[in-house]
Amino acid sequence: MATLLEACDVCQYFGGLKAVEKVSMKIEEGDIFGVIGPNGAGKTTFFNICSGIFKPTAGEIYFRGENITGFLTEKIARKGMARTFQNIQLFKFMTVLENVKIGFHIRTKTNILTAILRGKRFRDDEKFTEEKGLEILERVGLTPYKDTLASNLPYGLQRKVEIARALALDPKILLLDEPVAGMNPAETQELSDFIRKLNNDGYTIAVIEHDMKFVMNTCNHILVLNFGQKICEGTPEFVKNDRGVNEAYFGKGLVVGEGYNHA
Amino acid sequence: MKKTIAHYVSDLSKGIKALGIGLLAAVLIALPIIYPKSYVMGVICRMYMYMILAGSLNVINGYSGQFNIGHAGFFCIGAYSEAILATKLGLSFWIALPIGGIMAALIGLLVAMPTLRLRGTYLAIVTLGFSEIIRLVALNWEGLTGGPIGIKGIPSPLFFGFKVSRSIHYYYIFLSLAALFFFITYRVIHSRVGRAWLSIREDELAARSLGVETRFYKATSFMYGAFWAGIAGAAFAPYFRFISSDMFSLDEGFNILSMVIIGGQGTLLGPVVGSIIVNFLTEFLRPISQYRLVVYALLIIGMMWLRPQGLVGASNSILAGGVVKIGRHRHTPTGAAAASGAASGAAPKGGR
Repeated sequence: MATLLEACDVCQYFGGLKAVEKVSMKIEEGDIFGVIGPNGAGKTTFFNICSGIFKPTAGEIYFRGENITGFLTEKIARKGMARTFQNIQLFKFMTVLENVKIGFHIRTKTNILTAILRGKRFRDDEKFTEEKGLEILERVGLTPYKDTLASNLPYGLQRKVEIARALALDPKILLLDEPVAGMNPAETQELSDFIRKLNNDGYTIAVIEHDMKFVMNTCNHILVLNFGQKICEGTPEFVKNDRGVNEAYFGKGLVVGEGYNHA
Repeated sequence: MKKTIAHYVSDLSKGIKALGIGLLAAVLIALPIIYPKSYVMGVICRMYMYMILAGSLNVINGYSGQFNIGHAGFFCIGAYSEAILATKLGLSFWIALPIGGIMAALIGLLVAMPTLRLRGTYLAIVTLGFSEIIRLVALNWEGLTGGPIGIKGIPSPLFFGFKVSRSIHYYYIFLSLAALFFFITYRVIHSRVGRAWLSIREDELAARSLGVETRFYKATSFMYGAFWAGIAGAAFAPYFRFISSDMFSLDEGFNILSMVIIGGQGTLLGPVVGSIIVNFLTEFLRPISQYRLVVYALLIIGMMWLRPQGLVGASNSILAGGVVKIGRHRHTPTGAAAASGAASGAAPKGGR
């Protein structure tokens, strides 16, 4: 399997704060890649660098073998990277379907002229967005809500809308920033299943999450950050038993008493 | 079964809509014949012109969520382009009209390029400055623009040999331009381009993460708005026969802006309503001359207070205080189509 997304010694400094310090990782095609770490560890910053929202202070990002460091977010999205946000960034005053339709931007080509003339291109594009949009909503189970304003939905469903919108890009890789925050255990389990299903469908997925159960059950490879630095990387089993990780989460004292097994 | 009924209803409402538009068109076309009073025709001509101006500003401010308050600058460019081409080169109105629009669009691009990184009030200040610069250039470039004297004797357009010179004739020019503007804008808004504009207004970061080239689309919306302001200016110049730089002051820009705000940003109908109301007020309040500006100010303040989304703006928009009305689900596809403009009637983010 080929490497899809690679970070080489990525650093991001905000003034004196080293938010991300020399983090390297490789996401292989077909992975469900988890990024975990305590609050303020730099996980979201790291995602922001990968998706081009921040330009890293140092280091390089390679996506499908191409150096994309410093590319604009929209260009990276066009190359096949879709993402969701920690603090849900939906188009609040649009319906769910309209939200998803915007996700088809890069897969359609209508410009002002063809929009005015309403030629074949326009009709094809509209049909495509409408049909595929409904198809995606069906897939994530949001069909009953297609005409609801996005901000009228409960939190869990809003997160799903964001995922649906990201899927509209038909991305090679999907970056999910805390997708199960605010979900109850049943919803979390459902989303975990859904993510694995997406993975089976051929999507590579990277996910930031605090919910350990979710991460351990869903991901096949985990990167652990603490204070901006990579402290561990490997399979869930490996990470679970890593001393550094446990110290970061529970403090040194608890680790000695083996308290982590019950966490 | 249910679906067929829904289709039937949808076809019916489509038919009613078409009928309504047809009726409206018939009335508007027949109006000068029924009531050919020159003064009234003049007022209505101005209303149509401001509908284009406010509508084009609405594309920039209402749909793509930028904050342009120097729209009079584009209006000025269109008017001067037409006037200069017609008086100095003797170019036909019908050729000078699109050139006026294109000139404004090109200048619009020049303004948009360095301001793509600016938002909200910062962009507003730049556009304000731009509008003044255009006015000052018009005032001081005596060789081209006649300086403070302005340009006189702008020739009337010829329509297949028929000289368009009276308000009644111009009525049809402005009516067809306004109709064309709204027709085209409707089509653009309800397409991929319109969705891209809306997405920028609603959440620029999310739009970028979905691959919307925000810089490109901001520039396009600026150029589109500027183009139509230029067209309005180019039609205005021969109508008024005389233009000078003081017609395109900042007040004019605020005037256009107030129409957009009063009518409702981010809706196609808003600028129409705004233009009608403000122009009516202008005529009614002529007796109190300058004091009418006080009335405008009070109107805008009251509007911001009571109905910040504008008269026809949707109540569930960012401009309406950002509160979403619970339970506003849209079920019928036809209802969604009619309301989609209204529901997206939100304010520019920077305007908050």
